[in-house]
Amino acid sequence: MAVGLTAVALAAAGCTSTPEPEAPKNDGSFIISWSEPQNPLVPAGTSETQGGVVIDALFTGLTNYAAADAKTEMANAESITSADGGTTWTVKLKPGWKWHDGTSVTAKNYVDAWNYAAYSPNGLINGTFFGDIKGYSDVVSEDPDGPDKPQVAPKPAKDKLDGLKVVDDNTFEVTLSGPSNLWPIKVGYSAFMPLPDAFFKDPAAFGQKPIGNGPFKLDSWTKNVELKVTRNDDYQGADKPKVKDVVFRVYTDDAAAYEDVKNGTIDFQQQVPSAKLVGDLYKTDFGADRSSNKPVSSSAFIAMPTWLPGYNDPKVRQAISMAIDRKLIVEKIFNNTRIPMNGWVNPNMAGYKDGSCGEFCTFDAAKAKALYDSATTKPKEISLAYNGDASHKPWVDAVCNSIATALQVTCTGKPFPTFGEFRTLVTTQKMTGMSRAGWQADYPHIENWLNPLLKTGASSNDGKFSDAAFDAKLKEADGTADLAAAEKLYQDAEAMLPALMPTIPLWHSSQQTVWSAKLATVTINTFGELDLATVTVK
Amino acid sequence: MGRYALRRLLQAIPVFIGTTFLIWFLVWGLPGDPFAGRCGERQCPASYVQSMTDKFGLDDPLPVQYLNYLTNLMRGEFGQTFNGTDIGELLAQAFPVSIKLALVAVAAEALIGITAGVLTGLRRGSFIDNLVLVSTLVLIATPIFVIGLVARYSLGLASVSPEAPLVELIIPGLILGSGSLAYITRLTRVNLVENRRADYVRTAVAKGLAPGRVTGVHLLRNSMIPVVTWLGLDLGALMGGAIVTEGIFNIRGIGGLLFDSINRRQSGVVVSIVAILVLVYLIVNLLVDLLYGVLDPRIRYE
Repeated sequence: MAVGLTAVALAAAGCTSTPEPEAPKNDGSFIISWSEPQNPLVPAGTSETQGGVVIDALFTGLTNYAAADAKTEMANAESITSADGGTTWTVKLKPGWKWHDGTSVTAKNYVDAWNYAAYSPNGLINGTFFGDIKGYSDVVSEDPDGPDKPQVAPKPAKDKLDGLKVVDDNTFEVTLSGPSNLWPIKVGYSAFMPLPDAFFKDPAAFGQKPIGNGPFKLDSWTKNVELKVTRNDDYQGADKPKVKDVVFRVYTDDAAAYEDVKNGTIDFQQQVPSAKLVGDLYKTDFGADRSSNKPVSSSAFIAMPTWLPGYNDPKVRQAISMAIDRKLIVEKIFNNTRIPMNGWVNPNMAGYKDGSCGEFCTFDAAKAKALYDSATTKPKEISLAYNGDASHKPWVDAVCNSIATALQVTCTGKPFPTFGEFRTLVTTQKMTGMSRAGWQADYPHIENWLNPLLKTGASSNDGKFSDAAFDAKLKEADGTADLAAAEKLYQDAEAMLPALMPTIPLWHSSQQTVWSAKLATVTINTFGELDLATVTVK
Repeated sequence: MGRYALRRLLQAIPVFIGTTFLIWFLVWGLPGDPFAGRCGERQCPASYVQSMTDKFGLDDPLPVQYLNYLTNLMRGEFGQTFNGTDIGELLAQAFPVSIKLALVAVAAEALIGITAGVLTGLRRGSFIDNLVLVSTLVLIATPIFVIGLVARYSLGLASVSPEAPLVELIIPGLILGSGSLAYITRLTRVNLVENRRADYVRTAVAKGLAPGRVTGVHLLRNSMIPVVTWLGLDLGALMGGAIVTEGIFNIRGIGGLLFDSINRRQSGVVVSIVAILVLVYLIVNLLVDLLYGVLDPRIRYE
């Protein structure tokens, strides 16, 4: 059966335009509060938001996620089709697209970029996203004694993915190692964006002065001060920006940035500082028309050390989950800027089903205690580890307090000084109790919340959870070509989780954003970013 | 004096090496992989960690890494941050801004502080003396972030723009220098009061010198030694220590860069900034010591 997504015309957003006779609406600039990206500005080498927001402005990949509902739309691709049920995909590009340096965007640019990103000696953060393309295992090599030891990883057998083939200038073929109906949805992620020939001449220099194919081009970047992008007037995509320049200005202190949005020095702050959430202060300062409070695609969990006695019993894990009064903590600690979670999937995802965790994610002290007492082996220590360099202490203490009161046990919050140290302990299984975990969606689909987090041996399966039946269900879903049927199978897989309780879902985040009076038609997408294509300036 | 300066410069070398070595060990020796926390909540791919470790030579023993760093430093290369930015470029951008801010602060301290000190010193016990005493007490007792935040938010001031023009730095400079300003006022006043009773002042007055000359040349010059010491050290401190003020007004200087780099474990930037600050302190200290001789000819350098 042929599966495919065809081009979707962008419906014009129903915006109310106030005529401004003196200034042409197309020109104008505004300033966004920002901080320096963690990595060079190469799409497959960036996974954090500060770099990501600039990458999204400079580059356009095969598909986009619509700002309003995160549905996949064709961008640089004219069509992505499969004739064999999702194993081989033919990608046709829209002709006539140009890089900012004037060269044409070709199929080869995609194939080259993906081969480069997947080849493990290049060390790009998002290299693992190419894992389902045929021949991936030939282009990666594992370090025999771990990254901290002297031995280095051997050179991989090949430096090109078998599954990528350029057909002509505007067509290429991708063969996956197994059928995946989700592949066209996945390629909207920035890891799959193309790279021009200029990149391969000097990758390091490119990361400081990227040449993209997107709606904006890089104008200037004064390190640690500001980065300016300007509209690419040759842009062929449907999401043509309405503004001319966007300046990303570096702020060390988010309180200073907030004040500057308030007095109009800058125009946009993606997340207001927590001090302004108390009593909804930001709403008083900015009013409903210049602020938003929007659920975003990130959620908080507690990872369970399933290899430890006590913690290996689902009953214990269920009891701990039931002992947490999510609603009270969200209200008292977070000023209702979180939404209690009842399931393992974020509500912004395709395939989200409400209430899939059921009673086990609902606070009930008596039931929790009874369930905990019925378990034969108890954990030696109930503790919740977190990184002390971010503001986790208040909620960790509250969660622990809730568990301790309900189960009549002692529960301690365990801070580790830095996030890096904390993650090292988590990934090397040195944790002696529970640890906090978070997840932000790469692409808006239920699959992104199950496979990477809960499948046996998955990259972010912190608790080393493993269940054969669950894995089999995921595999069945992965191999189902029909999108709707696959979605249903993923939901079935999620429905198995309450009985297994692999992790404890806590809450989804919402993001509080403010902007100046200069901006109009502000749309915040599901990733929490300002949609640069539709925003206008007064 | 030439030999003295040379000896001091030679002494600076072990001090420089010792301090940078200590800082190097402290920041690079921290537990935890500096790259483990760089992929959000997911585990960084081993290939990424490996290639970054290779790139920054973190597989070598710490002393070897330090020697490599020092050799590069001698060649004027500071290395790169983890996002590939040249550290030299960062410093070249941030230092002029911080120097400007520090100079504004020191100029304000010197101008206002010494003037107020002289006024109060000459009119001890007057209304203005009491007024200045009380207000300096308030300045000394109030932490700088309180002054800064109150000034910024009550006056509705905007952040300093990226080019950091001098005009916009005046208020942040005043706030930054406010604490020291109070100390300088008091220091000047105390010294003036003490020296007014000295024999040479009495002699000068007895000789029939004009009061302005007595104060300006004889009295002030001798009272300036501790004040100059304070100002000199303050210049060094302000260049690296303006973290709070730079944060409040978003001035893109060294303080903010240092703060950010510590948070993000950009150890290369931290060590480089500290190395330069150590140099600044050493030079400023030397200049202050040499100034003593100018102010008081009795002080000789052998």
